[in-house]
Amino acid sequence: MDKKTALHDIHVSLGAKMEPFAGYIMPIKYTSVKEEHNAVRSGVGIFDLSHMGEFRVKGKDASKFLDYILTNDSDVEPGKAYYSTMCYPDGGIVDDLIVYRLSLEEYLVIVNASNIEKDWAWVNNHTDGYSMDLTNESDETALIAIQGPDAEKVAQKLTDEKLAEIGYYAHTSGEFAGKKALIARTGYTGEDGFEIYIKPEDAPDLWDAVMKAGKEFGIKPVGLAARDTLRLEVGYLLYGNDMDHTTTPIEAKLGWVVKLKTDKEFIGREVMAQQKKEKPARYIVGLEVQGKGFPRQGAELFDGNRKVGVVTSGSLAPALGHGVCLAFVEKGFHKKGTELEAEVRGKRIPVKTVKLPFYKDGSRK
Amino acid sequence: MSNIPEGLRYTETHEWIKDLGNGEYMMGLTSYAQEQMGEIVMVEFPGMQDFTSGDILGTLEAVKTAEDFYAPFNCKVVRVNESLEDEPALINENPYEKGWLIIVKTDDPSGFTGLKSPEQYTEFIGE
Repeated sequence: MDKKTALHDIHVSLGAKMEPFAGYIMPIKYTSVKEEHNAVRSGVGIFDLSHMGEFRVKGKDASKFLDYILTNDSDVEPGKAYYSTMCYPDGGIVDDLIVYRLSLEEYLVIVNASNIEKDWAWVNNHTDGYSMDLTNESDETALIAIQGPDAEKVAQKLTDEKLAEIGYYAHTSGEFAGKKALIARTGYTGEDGFEIYIKPEDAPDLWDAVMKAGKEFGIKPVGLAARDTLRLEVGYLLYGNDMDHTTTPIEAKLGWVVKLKTDKEFIGREVMAQQKKEKPARYIVGLEVQGKGFPRQGAELFDGNRKVGVVTSGSLAPALGHGVCLAFVEKGFHKKGTELEAEVRGKRIPVKTVKLPFYKDGSRK
Repeated sequence: MSNIPEGLRYTETHEWIKDLGNGEYMMGLTSYAQEQMGEIVMVEFPGMQDFTSGDILGTLEAVKTAEDFYAPFNCKVVRVNESLEDEPALINENPYEKGWLIIVKTDDPSGFTGLKSPEQYTEFIGE
């Protein structure tokens, strides 16, 4: 039985197309994917992301514990956040996640909805010897995102916190639309914006307040379909599509979230250090379609008759008007400017490796 | 119930065909098919050339899926709906008018008269 978020009835009343996603019944789109996408690129959109998982890590060894199970360094100031992967000993990715440091000894970890149970089991398997408490607050937390170049103007109407002083990947705790909230300047759209963590019972009022405050800016509710095109257009990876337990962060070009420069021990370190030195056999790359059409997930990539890769995410990029995809390709075919062909329903379409992001005009601070 | 207008002919690959006279025929995607496909984001048109019945004329790309559309009989493509280049979602919004796909020409009207009637298409899609 799929779970409903606290905003379920609002989505239904807005006429959203609701579908199961990661154990939840979620809004896929409200009006049109293109319209919702464009609203976030040029104005502001509101998202229900309450399906995401939240784990609280609190105690003397919180930082030490996170350093061991995550590839990125927990040593950020309280009030800041970091992006990380969590890996198996063989380097395969358990999940990718965001960590907010709330205080010296307290963190909030945001995990993918589809991985909540797996992640919860994984972190609990590694707690021996660490003095801290872990709580899974996923069911007691709702998440509303406000994204787009006008996000700050909308959000500032609803809080006394000085949002201009909160930098990208920073956060504060305070009141938002009269509700107790964690207000974070994070998101996965390539645009400026905020993610507001609140209690589920406060979510409907908060949603209504944001919609009202955003009215003068033409705010639109945005479903998961546009969330996918938004993240793909800026080259952000999606767990389950572009990475999973068979992929390492080095292959996924997420080496920047692997703390190999420190001497900290963490799960998967040995494999990643070796892979970084020897270079992996494959890489994730961005491909731009030359002409019409676009390959989708699973489409095979060819150099002449030789298969050299596979598409992991593919779509029309609404803001660019042509097809883009993320793909795994063999080392040697990953360099910028490499021309390949994607096989799409028996036809070959030309694609070219380009630098990410595809869409370069995002308002992300 | 899908909208299946009278006065048009239909194919098993969910195109509608309208007789414009003078051997010209307009074709598009049925409302039933656009509902199944969801939001269409891109259309690939054929060149202005001859096609044999059953040839792929072009492709419709939706958010989740893609479908080809086919020549209903031997014909020559004489016009494409260029407004779909900017607004492919017209196929979803108005499949029988503004969302038309192409106009073809043929000397042999038997191809058209052999297509499904609205009643036969209704039965074909099981409604």
